Amino acid sequence: MVTLKINGIPVKAEEGMTIMDAAKLAGIDIPSLCYLKEINCIGACRVCVVEVKGARSLVASCVYPVAEGLEVWTNTPKVRQSRQTTLELLLSEHHKKCLSCVRSSRCELQKLCKDYGVDEDRFPDTEKLQEIDLSSSYLVRDNNKCIHCMRCVAACDHQSVSVIGPRQRGHNKTIGCAFDIQLQNTACVGCGQCIVSCPVGALYEKSSIPDVWEAIADPTKKVVFFTAPAVRATLGEEFDLPIGTNVEKKIPGAVRRLGADAVFDMDVTADLTIMEEAYELLGRIKNGDTLPMFTSCCPGWIKFCEHNYPELLPNLSSCKSPQQMFGALLKSYYCEKNGIDPKDLFVVSVIPCTAKKFEVTRDEMVADVDVALTTRELAQMISGAAINFNSLQDEEFDSPFDIASGAGVIFGATGGVMEAALRTAAFVLDGASPEPSFEQVRGMKGIKSATYTIAGKELKVAVASGLKNARQLCEQVKKGESEYQFIEIMACPGGCINGGGQPIQRDATRNTYPVNELRARALYTEDASLTYHRSDESPVIETIYKEYFGEPNSEKAHHILHTSYHEREKY
Amino acid sequence: MYTFNIGETPEQLAQFKEVIEKYKEVPGCLMPVLQETQGIFGYLPLEVQKAIAEELGISLSEVYGVATFYSQFRLKPTGKYRISVCLGTACYVKGADKVLKRIEERLGIQNGECTEDRLFSLDSCRCVGACGLAPVMMINDEVYGKLDPDKVDKILDEYMKGGEENDA
Repeated sequence: MVTLKINGIPVKAEEGMTIMDAAKLAGIDIPSLCYLKEINCIGACRVCVVEVKGARSLVASCVYPVAEGLEVWTNTPKVRQSRQTTLELLLSEHHKKCLSCVRSSRCELQKLCKDYGVDEDRFPDTEKLQEIDLSSSYLVRDNNKCIHCMRCVAACDHQSVSVIGPRQRGHNKTIGCAFDIQLQNTACVGCGQCIVSCPVGALYEKSSIPDVWEAIADPTKKVVFFTAPAVRATLGEEFDLPIGTNVEKKIPGAVRRLGADAVFDMDVTADLTIMEEAYELLGRIKNGDTLPMFTSCCPGWIKFCEHNYPELLPNLSSCKSPQQMFGALLKSYYCEKNGIDPKDLFVVSVIPCTAKKFEVTRDEMVADVDVALTTRELAQMISGAAINFNSLQDEEFDSPFDIASGAGVIFGATGGVMEAALRTAAFVLDGASPEPSFEQVRGMKGIKSATYTIAGKELKVAVASGLKNARQLCEQVKKGESEYQFIEIMACPGGCINGGGQPIQRDATRNTYPVNELRARALYTEDASLTYHRSDESPVIETIYKEYFGEPNSEKAHHILHTSYHEREKY
Repeated sequence: MYTFNIGETPEQLAQFKEVIEKYKEVPGCLMPVLQETQGIFGYLPLEVQKAIAEELGISLSEVYGVATFYSQFRLKPTGKYRISVCLGTACYVKGADKVLKRIEERLGIQNGECTEDRLFSLDSCRCVGACGLAPVMMINDEVYGKLDPDKVDKILDEYMKGGEENDA
């Protein structure tokens, strides 16, 4: 431990900490536009500068290590002046189209400009407008807003996807893909971690909101929504509720007020996925088919595998993701049951994810889901419809897809799919035994593994979240060194609760609070409070199989609920 | 091991393979690899950069980032006749911009590009040490001074004629 003084306040800090970390201990969040904990630490934006006694110039607090006796000032006229000038220079290249910007009021640059009273006209505009990259079905890059903080590049590298980087230099520098290749033609997996890392409005999801409003206004369309497990754990953040507030019961009321004809719980098809996937796993083990089996719920992971590990495609579960299962179920079972022409049914999924926007456009998916909205887009629609979200009374999802098990709920966090699948697999194999606990696969560690003995047989499983971690497990499998039978992968670090379509928390919040843990806790708390903990216990699932599919992995189930994958180019 | 479809020769591919073998295990080798590869092919097109990324185990965006950061690296091929227009101070005040513009118009390419027939490539430079002759351009090793757009036309005409004769 070392003792230093920050603004005259003595602070005890651990060696190796930066001034920025130590300042947090003194209750000061030094502002920054490039630093992002565990992702980007390059001292580039010069907003976090502070005065250090004896130093020749201001230093970047995000990279300057603490030392015994160090004296630091974070708020002197010199510091404020420097930050103000830096911001004014950034603004000279920033397309200040702020009023309708997706990040307006949640933009980190905007907040700092207000805090430091900058003059946006101090340096004349040097911006020359560049073309906005609208090529992909899920993500928009508007480099006119980019401030070159490098967070998106670092986030993409952190995922070991690395399809974006700086190009050219000096005034001509832009962030984007090599050779100006459009994002849709690269190995981008659509995880959207770049979006949630961006401090400004340079990156955002391709909006599907106009399509949804149009469908709602169309009297010939029956518009149905379903919302993913992870959405309930985060949507409240968009309405200033504390991180980790579960707003499940407010979602049905809000969606009905948008004008939807019905609103369902996607946890139901999370349960359905588990039924299909658990039986598929047991079948593969029994028949000696390709193992380990990888989960297939995460479209970012699927695309990653198609680009980087085509040899592992046979290891992927053939189950569609819960989103696509729901779409397929609605346009088959639900339409038949209710005498609706599938053409007249407009299916909207609400998901924490940008990759799922890509997924709905896959050829294999035949428009089962018409439109996928991110959590942020749903919040924007709710705001746009002037719905007072926080004052809504609790309401329930619509029948027949209203009741799910806790296994479906925990799908939204890393380890959740694994735990859910194990609960059902264990019951199928060894129904007589008391339910074992599978909590070793919980938590935010990048790679988790566990060995369980079920019905006298050993089952080795692993869970990875974040594609860099996934890559490690893939390499093991590729080399034949993997000891696992079942592996869960979620592309985003922490799982869907930290998806690319989730509410964007300010860097100061992300750098200080365990945002992912808080969001995950909301799901595990709900699981603990529910009647059913296994997908096979859910009465909705029982009905669906009884009325439609017969049994898990039946021919009909294979036809409607399973899919295939194909190799994609690595570059 | 690779084919790039850029009109490369088997000798060039063998040389490229040697460069990769030489540097593969050397940390931070991207710069010399790019330099020597450009020495072989004359420029660094997409296919070649992909191969470098794959062989060195780094991302294409990183390779491209370095290749575009340094002005010495070329992404477009050079022509049989490499035109280099000086945009240094003396040449610039004597009208080098008009010279450059005329060449771009005549050849239908921008600064930094190469004509489709690979006859001409166009670049700008900063001072060739002949300020007394400003504005100046070089075509391969030949220096042309006291230029104006009309003179440029005549010079290009000569080269175009020469190029056709050689092709014939």
